[in-house]
Amino acid sequence: MIDTAVTDLLYGFTVALEPHNLMWCFVGVLVGNMVGVLPGMGPLATISILLPLTFGMKAVPAILMLAGILYGGQYGGAICSILLNLPCHPPHAVTCLDGYPMTKQGRGGVALGVTVIASFIGASWGITEMIFLSPLLVRAALQFGPAEVCTLMLLGLLAGSTLARGSPLKGVAMTLIGLFLGSVGTDLETGSERFTFGMTELDDGIELIALALGLFGIAEFMSSVNQLAPINMAYTNVRLKDMRPTRADLKRAFFPMCRGTIIGSLCSLIPGTGPTIASFVAYAAEKKVSKTPEKFGTGMLEGVVCPETATHSSIQGDFIPTMSLGIPGDAVMALLLGALMIQGIVPGPQLISQHPDIFWGLVASFWIGNIILVILNVPLIGIWCKMLAIPYRFLYPSAMFFVCIGVYAANNDFFQVGEVAVLGMVGYVLLRLGFHPAPVVLGFVLGPRFEENFRRAMLIARGDFSVFVTRPISAFFVGLCVLLIATQVYVRLRGAKTIPKIETDHTGTSPQMTPQRVPVTPAE
Amino acid sequence: MRPSTSLLRDFVRKRDFYAGGLMILIGLGIALKGSTYRLGTPMHMGPGFFPTMLGVLLVLVGIAIAAPALVPAAEGEESDESILPEHPEWWAWFCILMSPVLFILFGRYFGMIPGTFACVFIAALGDRQRTWKSTLILSSVVTIFGVALFSYFLQVPMPVLTWGGGL
Repeated sequence: MIDTAVTDLLYGFTVALEPHNLMWCFVGVLVGNMVGVLPGMGPLATISILLPLTFGMKAVPAILMLAGILYGGQYGGAICSILLNLPCHPPHAVTCLDGYPMTKQGRGGVALGVTVIASFIGASWGITEMIFLSPLLVRAALQFGPAEVCTLMLLGLLAGSTLARGSPLKGVAMTLIGLFLGSVGTDLETGSERFTFGMTELDDGIELIALALGLFGIAEFMSSVNQLAPINMAYTNVRLKDMRPTRADLKRAFFPMCRGTIIGSLCSLIPGTGPTIASFVAYAAEKKVSKTPEKFGTGMLEGVVCPETATHSSIQGDFIPTMSLGIPGDAVMALLLGALMIQGIVPGPQLISQHPDIFWGLVASFWIGNIILVILNVPLIGIWCKMLAIPYRFLYPSAMFFVCIGVYAANNDFFQVGEVAVLGMVGYVLLRLGFHPAPVVLGFVLGPRFEENFRRAMLIARGDFSVFVTRPISAFFVGLCVLLIATQVYVRLRGAKTIPKIETDHTGTSPQMTPQRVPVTPAE
Repeated sequence: MRPSTSLLRDFVRKRDFYAGGLMILIGLGIALKGSTYRLGTPMHMGPGFFPTMLGVLLVLVGIAIAAPALVPAAEGEESDESILPEHPEWWAWFCILMSPVLFILFGRYFGMIPGTFACVFIAALGDRQRTWKSTLILSSVVTIFGVALFSYFLQVPMPVLTWGGGL
């Protein structure tokens, strides 16, 4: 098994190292890092805004670039949270706890330097996991009939909506809305139009770009405009030589890195527990292991390293179900999968065998991209720090232009630009009502395939609903779903006080408006 | 605080009630509209089956969200219940939402340059710290780079400058 993996990986490197692909991987990483640094731009907004740039490309460079944007954005987000105390992306909220105090002590550069190394190690482990686990998962998944696919998707949707953030019930509601939005347009089997209200532009369904940009772009801008506190630039003057960690720092960071890697990879194996939960668990674990837990929050290097490693290892791990089963764990993965579907590629277990260039090229490009990031971040840190100073009043109008032109470029149609405005307004109302829009995209991307498999399963079973519990694998997934719901109900009945407050902020993907309010002590 | 805003505030205080209520309404809408398409049998599902199912589920979830909100909350728990943020930004929200609208109008009838300019300009007007000068400069810069990137480099088929719209 190892030698096939090595041959496949070598093949992946030949794909990823093709000059054309390498260039787009580099561009993705660079742009992702750049936009990720900007305060108020999380990875969801970044990927949605840059998604239209890939329309004209072939599938391989497109997915390499988008993945590059994702982990580039993660590196950028770490800079933003360590130097400014602004977590642009939920997983980095924990990094702020000890990263910012380190910055105040003048050790921000060291924190950044170690983070770069930690992220690389975490990501490398995640990639290795992907190489070995994905083919195994595929082998299992190829045995699945429509009933199994259907219940597996149900499990993914439930996990994605209840474990992510905020109230689980509201998450489920958003998933249902997403599934509904996915059913708008021409019905695949009968060809009849649904919920188009006579608008021929809606025959092909709602545009994924318009949905993503409305919910993560416009709605986000509406909730952040004039709400961002002025940025404190006192500590952002980091130079290259500040970044070099001492031998003692590295020694101190070594075991937290190992622990973070393991926690992150374990979290990525459980569907629905993405990087956010991984980073919080990692911080709590590190605090427990530490001999001086009372010092956490005052600038402990361990408190930065462990969650950052866990985040990166779990992000890479998230690619496993996305690429091998076609079932994304969170909204970011759903967007990447949506981008593949726009390219005309059908996600699912057959993807690795049908498009080995995409899968193995992606795996290899992770390593290349992460190396590029390490190399980039060291000399460019000064420029990134300057970019932190760009005020939001210049950022969001420019981003609005990218939103409009991006949606237009999807189909060269102004109708979709109207769609994005409407969806943005709806998204903001939902945000204010305490809903989090990420599960909408998850449901939207999975919706059509879910419905198709559901119908097929029922057809094969001659309309007998018990098929989902009489087939063993399917019954196992149903059991997991029930377990998941039961846990949620149990937690709710025991009272909200005992649950670790993972995310108190209901207003959007970026809790940066109230950095002080962002979780104080996770899992106590 | 002015009396008018506090009245408004009281009205929108029960956030979960409205959240659940909205879900019930949307669910009802989906289920009713969905059931006008052919439902079919579970074995041969028509186009209406799946959406109707979603609608019904959404109504149930909506009830589950709204119901606890009807019970009066304990003291001190109501701080985060308002729908409106502390400082409503009606003008900024309006500007942001008008931005795509102006992009459509100007883009369609006058081309990409006016469309881009109008889109960025109106969005930038929403910020409290804006000045006319900074807004103008920002819009011009974004227009120059944006049109260069999307029209010349990425070849988005939209006339750069036109009159009356050929689209």
